[in-house]
Amino acid sequence: MTTATEYKAGSNLERILSAGQFAVTGECGPPKSADGSVIEEKAKILKGYVDAVNITDNQTAVVRVCSMASGYQAQQNGLEAIMQMTCRDRNRLAMQADILGASVLGIKNVLCLTGDHLSFGNHPEARGVHDLDAITLLKMYKDMRDESRFQCGEEMTVAPQLYLGCAENPFADPFELRALRLQKKIEAGADFMQTQCIFNLPKFKKWMEAVRALGLHQEIKILAGITPIKGAGMANYMKKFVPGMDVPQEIIDRIAAQEKGAPQQAEGKKLAVEMIKELAEVEGVAGVHIMAVEWEAAVPEIVEAAGLMPRPAVA
Amino acid sequence: MITAERKPFDEILSLVEGKKKILVAGCDTCVAICLTGGEKEAEILASELRIKAQQDGREVEVEHTAAIRQCEWEYLDMIAQKVEEADLVLSMACGIGIQSLAEKFSPKLVMPAVNTNMLGMPQEHAVWLERCVACGECRIGLTAAICPVVRCSKSLMNGPCGGSHDGLCEVTGPNHEEIECAWALIWERLKAQGREELMFTDRPPKNWSKSSSGGPRKMVREEAKPV
Amino acid sequence: MAEAPQAVAAIETEAPHKPVDPGFEPEIIVFACHYCAYAAADLAGSMRLQYPSNIRMIKLPCTGKLEIIHLLRAIEGGADGVYAAGCLEGECHYLKGNLWARKRVDHVKDLLVEVGIEPERVEMYNMSSAEGAKFAAAATEFTERIRQLGPNPAKRPGVNPHDAARAALDGVAMADEGQPPAEATAEEGTR
Repeated sequence: MTTATEYKAGSNLERILSAGQFAVTGECGPPKSADGSVIEEKAKILKGYVDAVNITDNQTAVVRVCSMASGYQAQQNGLEAIMQMTCRDRNRLAMQADILGASVLGIKNVLCLTGDHLSFGNHPEARGVHDLDAITLLKMYKDMRDESRFQCGEEMTVAPQLYLGCAENPFADPFELRALRLQKKIEAGADFMQTQCIFNLPKFKKWMEAVRALGLHQEIKILAGITPIKGAGMANYMKKFVPGMDVPQEIIDRIAAQEKGAPQQAEGKKLAVEMIKELAEVEGVAGVHIMAVEWEAAVPEIVEAAGLMPRPAVA
Repeated sequence: MITAERKPFDEILSLVEGKKKILVAGCDTCVAICLTGGEKEAEILASELRIKAQQDGREVEVEHTAAIRQCEWEYLDMIAQKVEEADLVLSMACGIGIQSLAEKFSPKLVMPAVNTNMLGMPQEHAVWLERCVACGECRIGLTAAICPVVRCSKSLMNGPCGGSHDGLCEVTGPNHEEIECAWALIWERLKAQGREELMFTDRPPKNWSKSSSGGPRKMVREEAKPV
Repeated sequence: MAEAPQAVAAIETEAPHKPVDPGFEPEIIVFACHYCAYAAADLAGSMRLQYPSNIRMIKLPCTGKLEIIHLLRAIEGGADGVYAAGCLEGECHYLKGNLWARKRVDHVKDLLVEVGIEPERVEMYNMSSAEGAKFAAAATEFTERIRQLGPNPAKRPGVNPHDAARAALDGVAMADEGQPPAEATAEEGTR
């Protein structure tokens, strides 16, 4: 049982994971406008059903309200945020400044990502920054938190309190490197990680074997990613056009066997629940990360049906 | 070497608009080797400009020439006469050559006929691939002599990212051409060399102040300067 | 599949038809290779095959000697149409010269589009030395194509296209053996 002083940041997510409870995180995309009500609405839907929510950061290189502002809004509405920080849009100055800002605003969880390439987004002519990558970013934040030091070596008086996260894609190539890369991220400072959404359970389990062989599941909290499928069209799109996705044909067929609309949606939710239950049984999986982007309404139902309610409260 | 691609013809036309005596100046080093701006290509562009002018009923004199290298003052001396006589010089050299020509003959009007695009390697005849971005701090000794700054679309120091699939980058080129995942290549070569451990060494953030991000650079070899 | 005929019909009705000047006689330059095309031309002559006298031939050792600039200079010099005539693909006396020529002809078509000239004014034909009829057919077909297109928009008065094309070749062309035999011409040529 970890005491308060042993927490890195003491966020709700950290407490739950440290207590060995099965965590549930969600995901929210901020709006593509200065509309402050969107995050409020999404927070209302997800509050109480997830332990913390990812706030994406110009996801797929499309401009949206920044993760810090939306994360702060989410927290103001009672939903703990996991801020995302990508290396594509900011240099090391901005990333350090932003994390100090986030910390001042009470944000404690941050996911350190490289970022989708500009060419996928709506501003392909912009200059990609890529001053750092996910691993050097993790290390930079870890040093700020644990050694009160800026990347240049200068000291700071009050260090940010951060619970550091990263992402990893068990389905990317080279497959043999994926567990080793996670190890590198752990060494760099990652406390928790979220995987790319899983459809190919056997392949994920194979990856977990490699992870357990290195003992990594004891050094980092692994949250398995799940995306409920809204329709066969969506599944097909992900299979063909989203980089790093592994969507087995049987899954698409299963959804397609239903009628379009509500029947396919219901099947998608059913499948998500089944997968969550199966993933919870995999040794080393500490929680689940439900990415129901623009379908946040499906999350409460899924979390209930998967037997994950009520969400724990850890002091 | 430095590679360049000729600009679209309409753009070139707009750059020379209104001028009556044009000199198309080729360069017989890098841009000749990448078949874009050598004497041969300068002659072709000059002919195209004349054909267009004849069609439009415009009186234009278009001549062509080439310097062995436009980036060296001495070689530019050899085409000085022709440059002086022209209203405008349309240079087919790389950005270095164009600027040095413009500097030597300043304030003579000089326009670029090409887009200098990369430090490229001829993969096979007529195919060039970007290999170096002149970052000023070469660390490819750690990555099996493969540069992740330019060959990785995200310049990762610690790749590969989660988008790597089948040895390919998640990004495709501007004409939908496939891009090899630099980190997959680095991994394969490190394995072949028996140096897998280098894949997991601590790689600190890059020092970008050595690149052009730190401002335009200058190199001086004191020991070689004339006495 | 049902859409295709409609699309074709649309193109046919929309294609602008330039008024064809009945008095217009195209000036056409033919770059013919010594081994096949020029021999085919000779054969056409001895076979008394009819083909237009609009064509002026320039003999090359191989169409592979033809550079992009030669084709461009012929157009610049006012030729209404230009074509390369070489050996059948796979049978080039110098192995791949005719393949290079075809690549260059295709590239010149792109350049002509750039400068606003119809790419159809440049072409490549392949034939063996025994195919006199093919030589005649190519000349006839191409001349008619150019007649429909009208004069070269870049033409200037007082410039002889044939002389300009020859000058551009700068020693690459083989000796001018004059016009094809007179019996071969159908129309009374302007020359």
